[in-house]
Amino acid sequence: MLFFIGLGLYDEQDLSVKGLEQIRRADHIFLESYTSCLTGTSIRKMEHLFGREIQVLNREDVEQHPETFLALAKDEDVAFLTGGDPMVSTTHTDLRIRAAAMGVQSRIIHGASIASAVCGLTGLQNYRFGKSCSIPYPEKGWFPTAPFEVIAYNLDANLHTLVYLDIREDRHMTIPEAITLIGEMAEKTGGEPPDLYVGVARAGSAEPGVAAGSSRSLKEFDFGPPLHILVVPADLHIMEREYLETFAGL
Amino acid sequence: MTRRKKMVEQVTALMDKPERIRNIGIVAHIDHGKTTLSDNLLAGAGMISEELAGRQLFMDSDAEEQARGITIDASNVSMVHPYGDGEYLINMIDTPGHVDFGGDVTRAMRAVDGAVVVVDAVEGTMPQTETVLRQALKEGVRPVLFINKVDRLINELKVDEQEMQIRLGNVIDKVNKLIRGMNKELYDAGWKLNAAEGTVAFGSALYNWAISVPYMQTSGVSFTDVYNKCNEGDMKWLAKRSPLCQVLLDMVVKHLPSPLEAQKRRINIIWHGDKESEVGTSMLTCNPDGPAALMVTDISFDPHAGEVATGRLFSGRLRRGTELYVMGTSKNINRITQVGIFMGAERIEVEELPAGNIAAVTGLKDAIVGSTVSTLQDMTPFESLKHYSEPVMTVAVEAKSMKDLPKLVSVLRQVAKEDPTVKVTIDEETGEHLISGMGELHLEIITGRIKRDKGVEIVTSQPIVVYRETVTQIAGPVEGKSPNRHNRFYIVIEPLAPELVEMIRDGTVSMNQPALERRDILKEAGMDKDEAKNVTAIEGTNIFINMTKGIQYLNETMELVLDGWREALAGGPLADELVQNTKIRLVDVKLHEDAIHRGPAQVIPAVRSAVKAGLLMAGDTLLEPLQKIQITVPSLQMGSATGEIQGRRGQVFDMVTEGDSMTIIGRVPVAEMFGFAGDIRSATEGRAMWSTEFIGFEPVPANLLKEIVISIRKRKGLKEQIPRPDDYLA
Repeated sequence: MLFFIGLGLYDEQDLSVKGLEQIRRADHIFLESYTSCLTGTSIRKMEHLFGREIQVLNREDVEQHPETFLALAKDEDVAFLTGGDPMVSTTHTDLRIRAAAMGVQSRIIHGASIASAVCGLTGLQNYRFGKSCSIPYPEKGWFPTAPFEVIAYNLDANLHTLVYLDIREDRHMTIPEAITLIGEMAEKTGGEPPDLYVGVARAGSAEPGVAAGSSRSLKEFDFGPPLHILVVPADLHIMEREYLETFAGL
Repeated sequence: MTRRKKMVEQVTALMDKPERIRNIGIVAHIDHGKTTLSDNLLAGAGMISEELAGRQLFMDSDAEEQARGITIDASNVSMVHPYGDGEYLINMIDTPGHVDFGGDVTRAMRAVDGAVVVVDAVEGTMPQTETVLRQALKEGVRPVLFINKVDRLINELKVDEQEMQIRLGNVIDKVNKLIRGMNKELYDAGWKLNAAEGTVAFGSALYNWAISVPYMQTSGVSFTDVYNKCNEGDMKWLAKRSPLCQVLLDMVVKHLPSPLEAQKRRINIIWHGDKESEVGTSMLTCNPDGPAALMVTDISFDPHAGEVATGRLFSGRLRRGTELYVMGTSKNINRITQVGIFMGAERIEVEELPAGNIAAVTGLKDAIVGSTVSTLQDMTPFESLKHYSEPVMTVAVEAKSMKDLPKLVSVLRQVAKEDPTVKVTIDEETGEHLISGMGELHLEIITGRIKRDKGVEIVTSQPIVVYRETVTQIAGPVEGKSPNRHNRFYIVIEPLAPELVEMIRDGTVSMNQPALERRDILKEAGMDKDEAKNVTAIEGTNIFINMTKGIQYLNETMELVLDGWREALAGGPLADELVQNTKIRLVDVKLHEDAIHRGPAQVIPAVRSAVKAGLLMAGDTLLEPLQKIQITVPSLQMGSATGEIQGRRGQVFDMVTEGDSMTIIGRVPVAEMFGFAGDIRSATEGRAMWSTEFIGFEPVPANLLKEIVISIRKRKGLKEQIPRPDDYLA
């Protein structure tokens, strides 16, 4: 059996009891390291908690050679750990399809996801979110403006946008970087950049950073260490405004 | 004031009078006397002493050239010639005759407006006469003819006066036939060579005399005088009465066009941008006050000044401090540090240089040979230089000592920058670097130069033949999946029609054209209307067509799609050789909703593997380079000579008898040409004269295909097993 297990938001303590028990029982434990990461913990701390050894998988291991760990799940229990909730903002649906094609049974043990955590930290209603998008670091010949188009499309429909920020091995995109890139996309497409943002840092930790404001004020705001995420809110409902004024310095 | 200094003053005085300028090249088959002609023209113009000319090989500034007695790189020189009531500035480029250096000829033809074609009176037109003439006409460069070594007809072949005239007439007829065959329009429009009108001169470059019909009016020297004086061995008399320099340069001034006249016509051939734009009209009128537009045709290294870029300035003005942009680069400002003109190996700085001249500038750090350079940030680039020869042979080079490794890498980059017909592949990991060139001699010269000029001790491998891959049938739609499998690309791949391949090769179809113009040309050539409209990219002689409609986010992903396509073309699945002559249609695309899951790491491998699998499914096969070969032998040796061709998988397709000698024309795969020089020498007791020329790629015979593919794979360290489509599509 293959268990997709969500680790939740910030540190090893975010894991559900159900997930923990399943990990302790598993014959093999793999951690997918590239779609997200828990900045409040380390592999060593997790291994200490689980009482077990973890094998880390990079993108190539998961995308190019999934057979190696999927095959193990035919006769043994394999735990496949991801940050957040396993199927949210990842491409792992493909893995579950591949597993089924190999005759491997699978199950999902959910974890807390940033997609719902931002509602709590910002007071923005989950009913009012439109499509979400990610901002990648631009590369040679590739500077997608789609994220800005998604934001503009949502704003047109008076919906909030959850904006995921790129995670690379050597760097994590910060809120100021993301706001700058959105400004460049707006310029490239001839659109108007948003005038209000809400930034969230280290969701799930004891001291998350949350701040709402204009692009200029958030670029100067010190959000502290990663991970960062951004919301572009639509017109605020009276309760949303009160919440942001109370908890996010609006 | 020294003679040289005075010369420079005269030159600069004429530079901004385009009607008084002639930019010319001298082209010929090897050994027909081009360099001797150049030197004697220089001597006549007072550039070098007359005694030295003919001995000094002034234009051959490379030590290698002087040692071998052949010209390798095109070199430039400016001189002043009085004609009629005024003085004219002649910017001359000497070009190599050996076919291995054909790339230099192509470049030189871009810089000039007129060409003096030199043909040996005894040998007549040769394969490379044809090649250089074709290059000139393609670039819209007008030819005049100089028939050289006329004295050999008289002194060696002992022909009589009548026979001499007949033979000279034959040479003119042959050249005219070539011109008519290559471009009937221009031939009919007055480019036909005509001795009576003065577009042909006869003489001896070595003995410094020449005659032309118009000059006979002045000099009174007739063909009879020529015959008699050659017979008497008194060519000094001819040189005095009818000097080479006077006759030749008169012909150049009178019959070859000024930049003012030439650019009106040539810009339409070499530049496909908007003719109504400011830079367009400025180039058409050779306007020195318009935006600067420079085409770089040569890059050399000066130990003091560094990189020197030489090129033709079609519009505007260059001076120290001019800020320029190099098209196709990241658009950093390149600031000119020096502007100069070439006088042989020497570069002389000038204050400023206006449109219509050939400039030598320093400070263009981003330029390579073929670059378009302008004061405008965005200018449609000039058509890329079309090389009639392609790199068909490769050697691996390694540094003898490990400590030279970094130096070797930088030297190789320099070599690639200097000569666009050389392809350099640098592998920093293994330290094994590949240099591809146009033949054995070309590669020998380059590796020799690395050792001698750049002072790096290297070891070279045996030369290896370069192959190509192409498809033979249609396949698809092939589905390429991204590693995360959330993005899918569907392509159809098939052979590109030969007439379209030719149109890409000769520049009739190009991505620099306005889209509508390109669509119409392609439609005219028989391409489907929708396909013609949707051509997205051309790479080599491969074409990419996006047939999808309204797929969200495809636009911002297209550059990655093309990257994946180009990666596959750079090394086909069969033998990791360049792919050519394919047409690929993108017929459908499925993309992930989020940008981060359809980035380069996903899209590039998806398209690359679809193309590679598609190539295999479409009957990927190997093409080998072929050379046309021409061997002239005494009739008795004919059998041995044809045997040398046939024994090498070659074909003989023509034999011409001339007196008691025989010329055999055929073609042979480059792979079979190793050691030919030695073999033909011993087979014919050293009596064969021969030359070769690249004529294109053709499929490897089916019975040899597998063996050749496997040997290439082994050499490249690939798995011996030829991949199957599934290996790419898993």
